[in-house]
Order: sequence, then structure tokens, then C-alpha cells
Amino acid sequence: MNNILIHLALLLFFPPLLLGLINKTKARFAGRVGPPVLQTYFDLAKLMRKGLVISNTTSWVFRAGPIVTLATVLLAGLLIPLSAFDAPIRFTGDLILFAYLFGLARFFTTAAALDTGSPFEGMGAAREVSFACLSEPALFFALLVLVKASGDLSLTGMLHGPAGGYAMTVVAPLICVGVGLFIVLLAETCRIPVDDPNTHLELTMIHEVMVLDHSGPLLGVILYSASLKLFILGAFLLHVIVPFHTGMAWMNWLLFILEMAGLAVVIGVVESVMARLRMRHVPYLLVAATLFCGFGFILMVR
Amino acid sequence: MSSGVPACLLSFRSRIGQRLTVLLMVVGSLLGLSGLGFAILETTPPSWRGPWFLPWGEFAVTLDPLSVFFLAPVFVIPALGAVYGLDYWRQSEHPENGRRLGLFYGLLAGAMALVVIARDGVLFLMAWEVMAIAAYFAATADERSPEVRRAGWVYLIATHAGTLSLIAMFALWHRATGAFALSPASQLPATMSGALFVLALVGFGFKAGLMPLHVWLPGAHANAPSHVSAVMSGVMLKMGVYGIVRMTAILPAPAPWWGGVLLAVGAMTGIAGIAFAISQHDIKRLLAYSSVENIGIIAMGLGLALLGRAQGRADWVVLGLGSALLHVWNHALFKSLLFLIAGSVIHAAGTRELDRLGGLAKRMPWTASLFVVGAVAICALPPLNGFVSEWLLYLGLFRTLSPGVASAMAAAALAAVGLALIGALAVACFVKFLGAVFLGTPRSDAAQHAHDPQAGMMLPMTALALGCVGLGVLPMVTAPLLGSAAQSWTALPDPSPHFIAELAPLYWVSLMGASLLGLLTAGTLVWSVLCKVRSTWKAGTWDCGYAQPTSRMQYTGSSFVQILGELFTFLVWPQRHEPDVEGIHPRKSQFKSLTPDTVLDRLVTPVFILAGQLLPKARVFQQGQTQYYVLYILVTVLVLLLWGARGTMP
Repeated sequence: MNNILIHLALLLFFPPLLLGLINKTKARFAGRVGPPVLQTYFDLAKLMRKGLVISNTTSWVFRAGPIVTLATVLLAGLLIPLSAFDAPIRFTGDLILFAYLFGLARFFTTAAALDTGSPFEGMGAAREVSFACLSEPALFFALLVLVKASGDLSLTGMLHGPAGGYAMTVVAPLICVGVGLFIVLLAETCRIPVDDPNTHLELTMIHEVMVLDHSGPLLGVILYSASLKLFILGAFLLHVIVPFHTGMAWMNWLLFILEMAGLAVVIGVVESVMARLRMRHVPYLLVAATLFCGFGFILMVR
Repeated sequence: MSSGVPACLLSFRSRIGQRLTVLLMVVGSLLGLSGLGFAILETTPPSWRGPWFLPWGEFAVTLDPLSVFFLAPVFVIPALGAVYGLDYWRQSEHPENGRRLGLFYGLLAGAMALVVIARDGVLFLMAWEVMAIAAYFAATADERSPEVRRAGWVYLIATHAGTLSLIAMFALWHRATGAFALSPASQLPATMSGALFVLALVGFGFKAGLMPLHVWLPGAHANAPSHVSAVMSGVMLKMGVYGIVRMTAILPAPAPWWGGVLLAVGAMTGIAGIAFAISQHDIKRLLAYSSVENIGIIAMGLGLALLGRAQGRADWVVLGLGSALLHVWNHALFKSLLFLIAGSVIHAAGTRELDRLGGLAKRMPWTASLFVVGAVAICALPPLNGFVSEWLLYLGLFRTLSPGVASAMAAAALAAVGLALIGALAVACFVKFLGAVFLGTPRSDAAQHAHDPQAGMMLPMTALALGCVGLGVLPMVTAPLLGSAAQSWTALPDPSPHFIAELAPLYWVSLMGASLLGLLTAGTLVWSVLCKVRSTWKAGTWDCGYAQPTSRMQYTGSSFVQILGELFTFLVWPQRHEPDVEGIHPRKSQFKSLTPDTVLDRLVTPVFILAGQLLPKARVFQQGQTQYYVLYILVTVLVLLLWGARGTMP
């Protein structure tokens, strides 16, 4: 019970910190002091207090975008196990629901972008749905590998691996999958080298340009959902790259928070040392992710 | 038990008025549905033999769970479509073809009902042919347009190519089993059953629209009246699926390659179908290609079930067949809904061109909301019905990785990756549809003045959308029926009808669907409170400082899918007519892009044109004089005599 409460608390309150950590890392790399680590919380509080400007062109779909996104990521957050603990909700086949919940979020985010009738937002939406078509196969290859390695069809069982830990033969596929999933994580959470969350040139953006017309609380909801998504996918990835746990519960939670923070720092480092890819080169990166996961699958079933 | 069938057949005889036709259709369907209800409760499948007038075959019908499953959409969708047609295709507006449409529409529904209950090859083929012809006349109701006539011809040729294969199959079946009866054969040589399977796959594949046999489908669906498209796509394609299901049920001992072939064909059909759908400019062609995609998904489920039967894995059978059958229902619901919506859009805005529409969500709010339901369902997103059937299929495919299964079987798991790709592409396709047709601002005057249709058209659409939500949130109501259908397809070790619920916790899906809906409701409530508390004001869309955005500046459907289109050029081969940009101040010019069907326009049509050029040479034999024809007969008989005598010679 306690663990479920900690899970919920972490899920609801921890994610914005990750964005702060990434930004802090990037600032340090650039030789700046940077905004405080808690800046995202301040931003969210500010946005929630603001009024809204809504475009005349839009219909209910525009408002539905952020609400559906928040609902789906919250639900996905209840399906993902954190560290060595079971997820609050666990059933056979929940991994498919997990993947498709993000699909539902994508459907409404891109539809909301098209609802504004702005060419820029249409551009972002087009990129979002197109790149998703390339990252989805990578994700499912990864799921196949993990299902085969653990023999379990629920996210909790799958990500915790077999009872006695992974066999040595599984290490190579897991490494492939880890690399592939990291690329998928960067793409899905719109980080460099796929997308630049800081740019202000609308022509070159994906996620940020889709939400140009959302303001006030709606923008706050979008920002919060994005951090939740980063948290959830990050937790997924951590199971693959660091499948080690201690025997004590508090130690596991502490370790998990540190690992998560470490992941945020790594993303910050990647963002600092790399430039954003040219838009037409992004598919190559995503295909590479699919290839990594696909090779992992071949190694797994050979 | 099948009391609905004759009543349903009756409807076409009434020509007194459209209303009477529709009334009879609805009453017939209701009778049929009540008959189905009783049939489900029976322990032994009710069957009936009638008088017959031909030397071969017999009038034998049986209502086993498989038939019941396929019969349900036959009773639901055409009836709803008929109600829709009352306002959509008014007799007063179409005096020249309204009666004909009513006649063949009813005949189509009746013939389909007979197809799924017939238990004799000859009866089956006759019902099949009536269905094919009725569909031709219903689909070409608007025969003055050359486009409609061409689509009709392509359909007629394709459906008869399929029938040809079916005739060969039934002849072979008669040779192998000694009867035309469609009851399980005890034993057949492997090559014989393999040949039967291939013939069935080709023959029924034409009707179902498996790639590359789908050539007739986009044109026929696009040019038929929308409620006919809904019936053709929602129900008639499933007759092809039914044929494959029935034949694989009565063929003994499937080889592993059957399942492998169906899985591969299904995945290819799915990916290619949705790739073509994405690059369409015509809303009904887009929906037709998406039907091809869904047939691919159904074929994948069947493939998995066949593979499970060959390998003795009951869980693959139940999940694969369960997903395929459930998807038959689901697709019947959401695709009919989408076609009826497309009909309403065409009715309101007068065009099928995606890029001439736009902004209809404000002008047709109810239609737009129903479209969102249909689109979410067809993209297999939770919490609607499409998700449930694909979820079952995923579970089955993931189970091919269970410990102890030969590693070659893991190739089947690759289909899960294909399904994921199809899912992502479907989202792109239907967001494009939603965005180009309903969102943004209108791109033409006609779209500017569109409005929601009358209640007569809204009612069937609402019913279908409710069906999508109902099956999505309460999928376990279908579990017993799915279980007994799987049982009648092949003998399972665990005969309990709740087997499927044990393999796949459907109640969790409904729980999660309900909680998702709950969260959304809560979010909407918070939002409405927030709107009252916070200051909200309206302004134009932020266009980066540009003060006068026009509707022409919007992202069009074509530009939305350009990136994906380029990724799939190897498959889709779009034609682009791009202007050359010359000089510092280029002149006004035009850009045009077309997406012809790769198989039909680049392969089949050239072959037919070539045949049209070469074959007239054979006309020398066609002299028109009786003497010559008698001579031909004599020569043929002589040749046959010699051929027959060959074996008796010492």
C-alpha cells in the first residue's frame, strides 16, 4: 500500500523536476547558471493562474487535445512499474494498452494542432504522426524482446524480468534494445537531436509548434503531460538498462530517484553536445532505432 | 429459426414505396435478429433442408455459431443503411434509379444472409452470385457517370474472376469428398487440401479485398451511394472472410504454411492498404483502402488461428480467431459509420475532395463528433471497440514467443511489429481525414454552408457510434459467442466458452476503458469550471505575426501526409505534376498530384489493354455462319474421341 502511495506521489509530483534537471545540465554545459531546478513547477503554477486566448477557428477538438493527453499519460503512469515494485494496475496484455494510450494522446494532440488552421501547427502535426510511424515498430520490437526474455505479458512482469534475473544470453539483445529505446525516448519526448524544445523558429519544431495556440492552463497541462511522458518512458528505459535492485524498499526508491535524475542529466548532456538533426535526417535516426531493436529480436530468438 | 431470411428477401419485392421497402427491411432484420437470439440459445445448431430443383446439390441451411456471428452484421448494417437511405437517396430526388437501388439493396442483404447459412456448395455459389450481381446493380445506381460505369466493370470482372476460382474449388471439393455438402471432411491428401486452400484464398480473397486482389474495391466503394458503400465495406467484404473461415473449418489438418501465408498476406495487405489510404484525396477512396487494411488485420488473426491449429496451440486459435471474428463486427460498425458520415459530408458539401473541405466541425458538430468516435475506433485506440480486437490479436501474436515454441514460430511475432506500424499509419491517416474535412477553416464555398443532416440520417450513425462505444467498454459480452464460434471452427481441448476470457482479461479492458472515460469526464468538468473562473477571450489563430491568414494557407491533407508518402513511394508510386519555377518572379502555376492504384492502373489495366489489342485476331473463327459452328463442334468431338481413345489403345 505504501509503495502504491509512493508510486502515485512520484508520478504526480516528480516529473517536472526532470525538465528542470535537463535545463540545469544544459546551462552548466553552456557555462551559464541557468534557471533554478524547480523552475518548471514555478512555470506550471504561473500558467495555471493565467487567462486563456482561444482561436476563433477552433472547435471542441482543440480543447480536448490537452485533456485527453493528460488523462492517457496518467493512466499509462499507473501501468508502469517503478523500480522493483509492481505497478498499481497490472493485467495480462497491459503493455499493448500502454503503447496505444500514447497513440490516443497523439491522435488528439495532432488533431488539436490541425484545428487551429495554422500552417505551422499543421507542419508540426504532420511530423509528429510521420515520425511516430517509424518509432512504433522500434517500440514493438523492444516489447517482443522483453516478452521473450521474461515470458510475461504484463508490463510489471515483463519489465521485472524472469525471477532469477536475466540469463547471460539475454544481455546482448538487452543492450541493443536499450540503445533503440533511448532513441525512441528522445524522439517521443521531443528532445535533441529529433526536436528542439527551446527553439523559437516554428519551421523547425515538432512538439512545440503543435501547441503554439494553446495558452494559460491548457499550456500548463501540456507542459505537465510532457514531463509525465518523459518520466514514464524514462522509467521504462531504466528497467532495461539498469535491471538491478537492492533488497530494501526505501533503498530501491532512493536508487530509482537517483537513476531517474541521472537519466535526465544524460539527456541534458546529449542535448548539449549534439545539434538537432535536419528534419529530413530524423527518419534515418528512427530507422536506426528500429534496426537496433530488430537486431535485438533476432539475437533473442536465434 | 432463420425466419428473418425470407422476410428480408421479401423486402425487394415491395416497390410500392421507398418507405415500405425500408420498413420491410427493418422488420425483416429485426425478425432475423430475434431468430439469431433463439439460435444462440439452442445447444445443437438448427438446420433445415428444403425442396430443391437441380440434379446436384441440395437446399441445406444450418445456423451454427460461425454463421450466427457473420449473420448479425448482415441484419444490423443494411437495415440501418436503409433508414439512412430514406433521406440520403430520396425517391423524389432520384426517380430514375431509386426503385432499382431499393430492389437490389434488399436483394444484396438477403443473398448475404443466404451465403452465410448455406451448407451446400451449389446453393452457396448461387447465393454468392446473386450477392455479387445485386451489389453490382446497387453500386452502379448512378450509372450516368462514366466513372461509376468503369468502377462497375472493374468490380464485375474482379468478382467473376473470384467466382471462377470458387467454382474450381467446389468442383475439386466434390471430387475429393464426393459431395457438395459443406460439412467437415474427415481426411484429405495434403496436396488436395492445400490446393483447396489456395483456391479458397484466391476466390474469397477477391471478395474480401486481400492485396493484390483488391483492385475493384476502391473504385466500387467510392462511386456507390454511401449507404451501399457502407454495406459493401461493412458486410459484403466479410462474406469473403466468412468463406475463408468456413473452408478452413471444414478442411482437415491444416499445414503450417497455410497460417504462415495468411499471416504474411494479411500483414502485407494491412500495410499496403493503409499506405494507399494515406495518400488518397477522395474521402471515400480513402475509406475503401482503409477497409483493405482492416481485412488485412482480420486475415492476420485467421492466419494465427490456422497456425495454432497446425501446431496444436489452442490459445493461438482462440485469440487469433477471436480477434478476427470480433474485428469483423467492429469493422462492420465503424466502417459503416465512417461511410455514412462521408455520405453526410458529400450530401452537405457536394464534394468528395479532401482538400476542398475543412471547418465542418463548426458547421456539422454532431457529424464531426460521431466521426471522432469512428476514427478513434478504427485507429484501434482505447477505449473503443477497434482496440479490443487488435489487443486480442497482439496477445495471440506475443504468445508465439512462449517458452517451448519452435524458434521458427517467432517469425509470426513479427506480425505484431507490422500491426504496430499499421496502427501508427492509421492514426496518421485518420488525423489527416479529421483535420482536412472537419477542422480548420472551410476551403470552399460549399463547405462554408454545410450543416448537419436530418434526424433520419443522424439516427443510424448515432446507433453505429453507440455500438462502437458499447463493444469497446463492454467487450466481455461477446466472449461466450466468440468461444462457441471458435469451438465450431475446430475442436478445442477446453470447450468452455469462457476460455477466451481466461486468456485475455477482457474485464480489465472494460475497467480501463471506463476509467479513461471517467478521467476524461473529470477533465472536462474541471475545464468547464476553469473557463468560468479564468478570463477567456477569442482571437485569431497565431500565425507568427502574419495578420491575414486565409483558409488557403492551411496545411492540406496532401501536405499533411507528404513525409509518409515519400517513405512509401516504392509501394504507392504517386504521380506528381510539379511546375518548373522560372525566373525571379515566377508566373502563376499549378501543382497536381494523383495516386493511382499500383496494381489496377499499372498492372491489370495495361494487361487488359494489351489483351484487347491482341485477342480480336481470334475473331477469324467467329464467322457468324451456322455451318462453321457445326464444323467446330464436329472437330471438337473428334478430338475428344481421339483423346478418350488414347487410354484404351493397346
